Amino acid sequence: MLFKKIYLDNGATTQVDERVLEAMNSYFNKKFGNASSTHDFGRDAKNSLEDARKIIAKSIGAKSGEIYFTSGGTESNNFAIKGIAFANKGKGNHIITTKVEHKCVLNSCKWLEKQGFEVSYLDVDGEGFVDANDLENEIRKETILVSIIHGNNEIGAIQKLEELGKICRENKVYFHTDACQSYTKTGLEVNKQNLDLVTLNSHKIHGPKGVGALYIREGTKIEPWQHGGGQEKDFRSGTENISGIVGFAEAVKIAMDEKHVEQMNFLTKKLIKGVLKIQGTRLNGSMKERLCNNANFSFSKVEGEAIGGYLDQKGICSSTGSACSEMNLEPSYVLKAIGLSDEQANGSLRLTLSRFTTEKEIDYVLKVLPGIIKKLRRFSPL
Amino acid sequence: MYSKKVIERFENPKFVGEIKNPDAVGEVGNMKCGDVMKIYLKIEKGKIKNIKFKTYGCIAAISASDAMCELAKGKTLKQAEKITHEEIIEKMGGDVPQIKIHCSVLGTRALRKTIENYKNEKNK
Repeated sequence: MLFKKIYLDNGATTQVDERVLEAMNSYFNKKFGNASSTHDFGRDAKNSLEDARKIIAKSIGAKSGEIYFTSGGTESNNFAIKGIAFANKGKGNHIITTKVEHKCVLNSCKWLEKQGFEVSYLDVDGEGFVDANDLENEIRKETILVSIIHGNNEIGAIQKLEELGKICRENKVYFHTDACQSYTKTGLEVNKQNLDLVTLNSHKIHGPKGVGALYIREGTKIEPWQHGGGQEKDFRSGTENISGIVGFAEAVKIAMDEKHVEQMNFLTKKLIKGVLKIQGTRLNGSMKERLCNNANFSFSKVEGEAIGGYLDQKGICSSTGSACSEMNLEPSYVLKAIGLSDEQANGSLRLTLSRFTTEKEIDYVLKVLPGIIKKLRRFSPL
Repeated sequence: MYSKKVIERFENPKFVGEIKNPDAVGEVGNMKCGDVMKIYLKIEKGKIKNIKFKTYGCIAAISASDAMCELAKGKTLKQAEKITHEEIIEKMGGDVPQIKIHCSVLGTRALRKTIENYKNEKNK
C-alpha cells in the first residue's frame, strides 16, 4: 500500500480501538477462566463479566440483570424476534416490523411466517421514517411484537422510538429495536423510549466482532433460543466470550463520550454539503434525524459499484446499494422503500465515518469524487 | 474481488466513447439489473473498422465492454457474431467473479444486437 487507506465503511464494521485491545489482552492467556468455574480463574471471569454487564446496562438506562450477552447483532435480533414469538403464541401470532430492517430481522420474520406467524411490514416515507399512525392502525389484538430499527444502516434515518414505543406500551405489545448502528451515537434510554428489547453490538463501535447483547426488560415473556449449559440465567447458553465482552464494555465506555458524536456530526455535514455540490446528486435519508456518521447519496447516470471501484483505486473504502453489489442482483430494498427509482438506487454510494475519520480525509474525498463522477458519466449511455 | 487486469481495463478503457455517423448502434440491458450497454459500429467491406461503447454499469460491465470491443475490432461481421462470453472473459484476464459472468454475456448480446440492427437497416 502506497498510502494510508481512507476507511469510510464504518457502517459495515470499525477498527478496534487500541484501548479496547489493551483491555482484552490478558483475557486470552492469563485471565482465561470460564465464568461457570468455582475456582479463582472462574471467579475472575465472573467478576469481569458482571462489571461489563453493569457498564452496558448503565449506557442505556437499564438494570444489569436485563443485559444478556450474545454473539452479536444477528443473534440478538434472532433471539428477540423468535424468542418473543414462541413465548407469546398463546396470546397471538402477529408481528409488526418495517420494510427497512436489517436482513437478520426480515429473514427471522420470514422464517416465522413459515411457522404460522403473520407479519406486517410497515412502509416508510421518502426519508425512511415510520408513521406512528400506520403503526397504531396495524396493531391488532393478536399482535405480540413490534420490531423497528433505530438508526438505519443504509440511510441513517433515526426513528422516533419514544413515540412508537408509547403506542406499543398503550397497546400492551412488546417493542423491540435493533440499535446496532445507533448505539452510542444517539440517545438510547429504555425507559424513556418505552423499549422492551434492544439489540446492541460491539464491532460497530470499535469493539471486537463476535459479541453483542440483548436488553430484555424484566418480566418480559421470552423463550431462550440457544439451549445448553444454562449460562445467562438459562436464556442464552454457551460459555461466555469473556475477552470479547470485556472489549465490548471498554468500547462502550470510550464511545459514550459525546465529543465523538459532535466531531462525526461536523465532518458528516461537511461531506454532505460538499458532495451535494456535484450536479445530479441527491442525499438519501433525512438531513436532520440522521446518524452522525452516515452519508448516502445517489448520482444520476452512474452506477454505484463503479463509483466505489474508482474510490477504491484512490484508497477510499465505501459501499453501495446498487444491484451489482448484491448477491441477488437487485438494488437495495431500503432505497426502493424510500421511493427511489432503479437508476437512483443503483447509483447510490454510502460513506460512513467513525471517530477516527479526519477532516483531511473528508477533504480528500471531496477533492477526488467530482472527477470520478464526471469520468463515469462520460462512459454512460444515459 | 477483481483481478488487476479487470481493474486496469475499467480504469482506462480504450474503446469508450461514441462514433460520429455510425453504421450501426445497439443497446441492451436495463436499469433494474443496473447494466446498460450501448455499442457504436463503423463497418467497411463487411468488417468492423471501428467500435466504441458506452456503458452504465459496474466495474465488470465496463471492463467486459472494453474487452468485447477489442475482440470485435477488425473482424468480419460473421466472425464478430460468433464471439463468446468465454472469449471476453479470457480477454479480461480470465479471472472474473462468478456473479459477474453475466456482464460478459451482456457484451456478446450487445454486439450481436448491434450487428442485427445493421443488417435490418441494410435490408430495408
